[in-house]
Amino acid sequence: MIPEIGQFLLLLALGVSLVQGVLPLAGAQRGRADWMALARPASYAQFILVALAFVCLTASFVRHDFSVLYVASNSNSALPLAYRIAAVWGGHEGSLLLWVLMLAAWTAAVARFSRSLPIVFVARILAVLGLVAVGFYLFMLVTSNPFDRLIPAAADGRDLNPLLQDPGMVIHPPMLYMGYVGFSVAYAFAIAALIGGNLDATWARWTRPWTSAAWIFLTFGIGLGSWWAYNELGWGGWWFWDPVENASFMPWLVGTALIHSLAVTEKRGGFKVWTVLLAIMAFSLSLLGTFLVRSGVLSSVHAFATDPRRGLFILVFLVIVIGASLLLYAWRAPSVGLGQRFALFSKESMLLVNNMLLVVACGAVLLGTLYPLFLDALGMGKISVGPPYFDTVFALMMAPLLLLMGVGPLMRWKQDDAGSLARRLRWAVVVAIVAALAAGWAMGRISPATTGGLFLGCWIVAAIGVDLVERLKPRAGLGGSVFGRARLLPRAMVGMMVAHLGVAVFAIGVSMVKTYETERDVKMGPDSSTEIAGYVFRLLSLKDVQGPNYNAVQGRIEVSHNGRVIAMLSPEKRIYRVQNNPMTESDVDSNLFRDLYVSMGEQLPNGDWIVRVQHKPFIAWIWGGCLVMMLGGALAASDRRYRLRQTRSADLPAGAGAAR
Amino acid sequence: MPERLIHRLALVLALAVWPLAGQAADAPPAAANPELEARVMALAAELRCLVCQNQTIADSHADLAQDLRQQIREMLAKGQSDQQILDFMTARYGDFVLYRPPLKTSTALLWVGPGLLMVGALGTLFVVLRRRQRLGADAFDPDTPEDEPAR
Amino acid sequence: MRRFLLPLALFLVLVGFLAVGLRLDPREVPSPLVGKPAPAFQAVALARPEATIKRDDLLGKVWMLNVWASWCAACREEHPLLVDYARRGGVPIYGLNYKDKREDGLGWLRRFGNPYTESLFDPDGRIGLDYGVYGVPETFVIDRTGVIRYKHIGPITPEVLRDKIEPLLRQLNA
Repeated sequence: MIPEIGQFLLLLALGVSLVQGVLPLAGAQRGRADWMALARPASYAQFILVALAFVCLTASFVRHDFSVLYVASNSNSALPLAYRIAAVWGGHEGSLLLWVLMLAAWTAAVARFSRSLPIVFVARILAVLGLVAVGFYLFMLVTSNPFDRLIPAAADGRDLNPLLQDPGMVIHPPMLYMGYVGFSVAYAFAIAALIGGNLDATWARWTRPWTSAAWIFLTFGIGLGSWWAYNELGWGGWWFWDPVENASFMPWLVGTALIHSLAVTEKRGGFKVWTVLLAIMAFSLSLLGTFLVRSGVLSSVHAFATDPRRGLFILVFLVIVIGASLLLYAWRAPSVGLGQRFALFSKESMLLVNNMLLVVACGAVLLGTLYPLFLDALGMGKISVGPPYFDTVFALMMAPLLLLMGVGPLMRWKQDDAGSLARRLRWAVVVAIVAALAAGWAMGRISPATTGGLFLGCWIVAAIGVDLVERLKPRAGLGGSVFGRARLLPRAMVGMMVAHLGVAVFAIGVSMVKTYETERDVKMGPDSSTEIAGYVFRLLSLKDVQGPNYNAVQGRIEVSHNGRVIAMLSPEKRIYRVQNNPMTESDVDSNLFRDLYVSMGEQLPNGDWIVRVQHKPFIAWIWGGCLVMMLGGALAASDRRYRLRQTRSADLPAGAGAAR
Repeated sequence: MPERLIHRLALVLALAVWPLAGQAADAPPAAANPELEARVMALAAELRCLVCQNQTIADSHADLAQDLRQQIREMLAKGQSDQQILDFMTARYGDFVLYRPPLKTSTALLWVGPGLLMVGALGTLFVVLRRRQRLGADAFDPDTPEDEPAR
Repeated sequence: MRRFLLPLALFLVLVGFLAVGLRLDPREVPSPLVGKPAPAFQAVALARPEATIKRDDLLGKVWMLNVWASWCAACREEHPLLVDYARRGGVPIYGLNYKDKREDGLGWLRRFGNPYTESLFDPDGRIGLDYGVYGVPETFVIDRTGVIRYKHIGPITPEVLRDKIEPLLRQLNA
C-alpha cells in the first residue's frame, strides 16, 4: 500500500510541477498576476508531495518491504537501521528521488526567501525550476521508478553494497546533491534575468548567497567523498580522477568562477554576459554529471547499474534544457551592457583571468574524462586517461591560478599600477620562498616540485597577511584599536580571505603529503613490530569479530613514538555475508600534522598477515582546507547586505557598500 | 656452595636477558626484495587493471592484476627497463592498459589541448580587453565614485 | 551575434559524441593482436601430459583458440554451442585451459562435452598473458599463416557464430 501511495504522490508532484513550470512563466509574459501568484504555492505543494513520497520509500526500507524491487536490490534483513535509511539513495532510482527532493527543497526555499524580489522575476525563477523538476519526474516515472513492485516478493534482499555501509558514505551523496541541485537556483536566476532582460547589479546581489550556499555544499560533498575514500578503500589514496569524481569537480570549478564573476557584476556591473554563461554552465555540468553516472558511457566505480535507454532519456533532457538555455543566451546576450569601464591592469581584468583559468581547468578535466569516448566514437582505438595525465596537467593549470590568488585581492578596481603592486607584495614573495624552503628542510628533503607547491600556498597566506595589514592601518575616520577596526571589516571580505586561506591550506597539504608520504608492507604475526618515520607499530593480537552483517578478522596494533604508546589501531578484514565480498577496513590515527594509516592485506598460509603501514604528513590539511573554504563561503554569504530586507532595488546604486 | 653459584649465575643470566624479553620480533618485509617491490609498484601504478577497470594494477586484488605484478617483478629482476615493460603490456592489451596515454597523433589533442586552450583563452581575453580600451565612454555604465580608500 | 552561438555549437558537438557513446561499451578492450601473428607457445596437452603442442604445429590450417576454465561460469553458457559446432564438423577448435587444475579441467570436459581437438594446459596463465587474455571465455580465429584474424571477448552467442565467425572461417578457408 505504501509504495502505491508513494507512486501516486510522485504523479501528483509531476502535475503540480507542470503547473508551476508553465503558468507563472506564461503569466510573466502576459502580465497575468493570478498565474504568477501560483508559483509560490505550487513550489510549496511540490515540496510537500515529493517529501512524502520520499518518506514512503524510506518506510519501505525500514519495514523490510522486499516486495518493492528497489528495496530488494539494495537492502537486507540484517542491514542496520541507519544503513537501511542510507540505502534509500544507494541505488539509481532512489538517488533520483533524492535529487528531485533536493530540487523541490531549494525551490521552496527560493519561494520562501524571495519576498523582496519583483513577482515577475520570482514567477520566472520558480517556473524554470519547475520545468527542470518535470524532466526528472518524467525520467523517474518512465524509466526508473523506485516504487516498482517485485512479484513474487523476494525472501530477502541482496544487501547494500558493503562499500556504502559507512557513515561518510551516508552523508556524502546528500551533500553532493545539495551542491549539484543548488546550482539550479543560480541557473534559474540567470534564465529568468535573460528572459526579462534585466541583468544588473541587484540581480547579482540576489543570486550570490544562493550560489555561495550551493558551492559550500558541493565543497563539502567532494571533500567528504575524498575523505571517505581515504578512510574506507584501504589503499591510502584520496583522489583518483575517476570520471564520476571529475563530474563533481567540474561544476565546482565553474561554480567558483561564477562566484567571482557575480562579485564583479554586483560591484561594478561588469561581466554580466560571463556571469550568465557561467551560471548556465555550472548547472549544465551538474546535469552532465548525472548523465555520465547513469548512462554507461564511461566506466567508473561510482556508476550505477547502467541502461542505455536511461542514458538516452537524460541525453534528450540535456539537449532540451541546455540547448534552450544556450539559445536564449545567444539571443539575449548581445544586448547586455558592458558595465563600468576598467583598465587592462585592474582587479576586474585579473578576475577575468581568474575565471578564464578556472574554466580552462574545467575544460582540461572534461577533455581528459571524455577523450577515450571521443577516440572510441571515431573508431580510433581505445585508450585510458588516468591519474598520471590529470595530476600533471591539473597541477600546471593550477599554478598560475594560485599565483594570481595572491595578487588579485590586493589590486584596485578600475585601474592599478604594476610598480606599486610589486612594491606592496615584495615581502610576501620573500616570506613565501623562505617558508617553503624551511618546510622542505624540516621534512628532511627539499625537492623542486614540492617547493613550488609550498611556495604557492605560503604566497597566498603571505599576500592575505599584507592585505590585512593594509586594511587594518588606522586612517582618517577609522581609529580605535586594531580589533575595533578588524570588526568593521565587511564580512564578505573576511569570507574571501578565509576561503583563499582554505585553498592555501589545501595546496600545502597536497604538496606535503605527495612528496613526503612513506609506506611499508610487512608480514606480521602476534607480537611482531615494524617501524616507519620514527613510529613503532606492534601487532598485539588478531581476533575474530562478528558484525551485524559481516565476519571479520581484527588486528590490534599498538603505536608508539619515542617509547611512549600514543594510539591503538584496529584494522579489520571483513567478509560481508550476503554478497560474500571481502572489504578492507583500515584504521587511522590522525592529528594536524600526520596520519598513521594501517590496513590489512592478505593472510599468509602460516596465519600471519600482510600489513601495510603508512605515514602521511599533513594530509589532514587537505580536508581541513576544504572546511576552511566552506567557512569562508559561509562568512561571505552571510554578509549584512544579503540579510537586510531590501525594499526597493532601485534605491541602491551598483557600487554601494564598502564590501567587494 | 655450587648450588648457590649456579643460582647466582642463573640470576645474572636472567638479568642479562631481561631487556630482550619485551622486544617484539621485527616484522620482515612482505616482499622478498623491498627495493624491487617499490619499482614494481611504481610501474604497476601506471597500468590499468582490465578486470576491475577503475583501479591500477598496483591496487587491484584481481587474479590478473597479481599475475601482471608478478610478470613485472620478473622482468625488472631480469634487468628490463620500465619502457620495455610498458611496451610488453601494450603489445598484449593495447593502449587501454596505460593510464598515462602515449603521445601519438591520435592523442596529440589530449596532451596539447589544455595548454593551447589556456594560451588561446588568455590571448583572446587580452585582445578583447585591448579593443575595449578604445571604445568611447558611452559603451559603458557611468563610473560610480570609488569608495575604497587610496592605498 | 555569431560568437554568442559558440557555446551552443560546442555543446551540440559534445552531444553528438555522447549519443554515439551510448552505443559503445567502454569496458570492452579490443585486442592489439588482431592482424598480427599468433604468439608462439609450447604447451603440454591437458589430456596427455607427455605430449607437447607448439604453435608452429598448427600452421597451414585455419583454427580457433578458445580460452576456458572449469571455474568459469560464463564458459558454461557458450560450451553447448561449441560442442554442437565441433559435432557438425567445422574448423578445429583448440582449447586453452587457463589457470586451472588438470583434474578439474578434465572433469569439466567429461561433464559438459569436449569440442576441442586438444586442450593446452596453461596453469600459470603465461600463454593467456601472451594472448592478452583478461576475461574468460575468449575466442580467437587464426588463419593458415598463423595470423590472428578475429578475437571475441565473452561467451560466443549463436548470432556471433552465425554472423561473424562462420563467414570469416569460410573466407579464410576459400
